[in-house]
Amino acid sequence: MTRESVIDRLLARVPYVRWLGVTVDRRGDELTAVLPFSDKLIGNPVLPALHGGVTAAFLETTAVLGLLWATLDGRHGLPDGDEGLPRLPKTIDFTVDYLRSGTARDAYARARVVRLGRRYASVQVEAWQDSRDRPFAQANGHFLMPQG
Amino acid sequence: MELLPGTRTEDVAEMARIFMTVIPHARALGMELVEATPGVVEIAMPWSEEFVGDPRTGVLHGGVISALMDTCCGAAVMTHPTRPATTATIDLRIDYLRSATPGQRVRTRAECFHMTRSVAFVRAVARDEGDTLVATATGSFTVGG
Repeated sequence: MTRESVIDRLLARVPYVRWLGVTVDRRGDELTAVLPFSDKLIGNPVLPALHGGVTAAFLETTAVLGLLWATLDGRHGLPDGDEGLPRLPKTIDFTVDYLRSGTARDAYARARVVRLGRRYASVQVEAWQDSRDRPFAQANGHFLMPQG
Repeated sequence: MELLPGTRTEDVAEMARIFMTVIPHARALGMELVEATPGVVEIAMPWSEEFVGDPRTGVLHGGVISALMDTCCGAAVMTHPTRPATTATIDLRIDYLRSATPGQRVRTRAECFHMTRSVAFVRAVARDEGDTLVATATGSFTVGG
């Protein structure tokens, strides 16, 4: 199975990721996650602004996508799970910095796998809207890799 | 907990309830207020298939726990006796101790334990119905108005 098809399956089969409406944009080796705006994602109706929890969920999803993308590069690999998906990494901890309000429009995020070990991985993620130079949130997370 | 003069517990609970009903995402996830006293808020949400993060196990997505924790912490700031007019998350760290049992509702309890003129410091825990600790959170929040 190609890593492209694993990413597509994850987006289609993980209920909460579907509920959020996350999609991906693949350009060469780079994977950008996209969160299309929807009213149910609002946390502050006055501004209006994205809910901090939505931002965290989007960043965490992007981190897992980035981790799968990096792991399924042909050199590493993951044990098989059900429904044509590999077994997924488990989040150990996740820290989000909220840099400015997420506004009522589409958001984008990209992950950088800083360290990929056999058991543990460390991932950084950044999310932006209008300009990549003005991120509205960044996160750092640690993951437990599934053991074969 | 000691109440400031003029701060009645019922007012705080009402305020926390309103705080939650105006947040579309809190409504979308089915969050409900369990209890609120000044600076301490408890919120729960039911397990639902559509919020699952791992279809193999049926465990809720970490992002759902994040949303619950973030809302609960924000409510704890808003109900603090100093009564800030607004708040926003500066940072929030979540430690996922173990998976919440599939099918069970998750309950979070947040406490705003320190407040300065500009920053509120909050910690929170999440438990499933078996009273098992599933996650802890630590965050700092802006204080406005």
